[in-house]
Amino acid sequence: MTLLYQKYRPIEEAVAAIPHGASIMVGGFGSPGTPFALIDELLAQGQRDLTLIKNDANEPGIGIGKLIEAGRVSHLITSHIGLNRDAIAAMNRGELHVTMHPQGLLAEKIRSAGAGHHGFLTDIGQGTEIATRRREIELEGRTWGIEPALYADFALVHAERADRYGNLIYRATASNFNPLMAMAADTVIAQAYRVDEPGSLAPESIHTPCAFVSQVVQVAPATSEQGRRAHVG
Amino acid sequence: MSADQQRILTRAAREVIPGQIVNLGIGLPTRLFHYLPEDLEVLVHSENGVLGCRPRHADEAPDYEMIDSGGAYIATRPGASVFDSAISFAMIRRSRVDLTFMGAFEVDELGNLANWKIPGKFSPGIGGAMELAQKVKRLVILCSHNDKHGNAKILQRCRLPLTAERCVSRIITDKAVMDVTPQGLTVVDIAEGLSVAELREATDAKLIVDDAQLGRF
Repeated sequence: MTLLYQKYRPIEEAVAAIPHGASIMVGGFGSPGTPFALIDELLAQGQRDLTLIKNDANEPGIGIGKLIEAGRVSHLITSHIGLNRDAIAAMNRGELHVTMHPQGLLAEKIRSAGAGHHGFLTDIGQGTEIATRRREIELEGRTWGIEPALYADFALVHAERADRYGNLIYRATASNFNPLMAMAADTVIAQAYRVDEPGSLAPESIHTPCAFVSQVVQVAPATSEQGRRAHVG
Repeated sequence: MSADQQRILTRAAREVIPGQIVNLGIGLPTRLFHYLPEDLEVLVHSENGVLGCRPRHADEAPDYEMIDSGGAYIATRPGASVFDSAISFAMIRRSRVDLTFMGAFEVDELGNLANWKIPGKFSPGIGGAMELAQKVKRLVILCSHNDKHGNAKILQRCRLPLTAERCVSRIITDKAVMDVTPQGLTVVDIAEGLSVAELREATDAKLIVDDAQLGRF
């Protein structure tokens, strides 16, 4: 248990709690919502043999792309890595074990863990190869696939604003997987551009209540990576 | 963009009904954004967590935390909302998205779709395609009629791993507009200058053609 007044930490100290071999959820869809500063700190501290759970693999040289290139990730649980050719190459060479889920199922597996359930029943993927790798049950006249919840030791999330207790507010499309992961991991480390005193955020504006957040760190706004995107607009 | 792609997109824009919630898949469908009039009362959904996005104007600075699922910096229109991935996919699974456009490697007579994996060659992951294909009320495929080697993409049965079964409503290619019906693929429109015989030659599926009903595009 982290007491309320112990949550606001220097980034080095928060990330130092992560051991080798940890499973870590990482927020973000592409660049928005990716906790770049926490990832950079993890890169600097040297933890290895990590299992990462993230929607995508960012892009070469960006976000978790750096951890993958440094050989620090042994397993990636994700939905799409098409924008990171280095991650695809590492997967094809057999250096990176990749588990792919349809994006909405990945989100719901995490949400389910965060809601204190151990999974859910779904018809998504029936008739495709996704359904061949899971158990099914008959219920009320229909066949359902069983999708177990997805947990992790740690979650690294990015918020726009926070308070010292760990209440979080996300912005624009930087929300994505962050609020789900913030509920699903044993230890949740949040980075925010601004961490204020409790009371400075309106209670009804909070997206993730502080009860789910273990540690909160303040980071410099918008790293250069935030604006580096190799897309066509 | 090629003339064929422009013809596909111009035709596809006619599929959108004012008042709808519409998702644009990655690739060619994303370009459809630019074919929808800005005053059209439509909310464009992007599965990364926004309903009501629009292309950024040339003079608007990019907001680095506002992207669509293809990674393009976008803006929002009045009535827009942003939300997390669980809500975004709840919207899809509950069929609250009226219409979606997607690309395809293969589509078949039953409306089966394959657009995410070529075993041994291309397997970046499925992203949101499976849920969108399976649950959005109306799925319109936008793709070239034949691949770059000239092979048909419209088939009797898909050979590649499926994205979803029996999910496609309509297919718009550079050569034809086809509806998936219980009887099979019915040609709605055929490209200007193309004969029905040429269309059949380019297709590996049975096509139902009623000359009296056939439109041109």
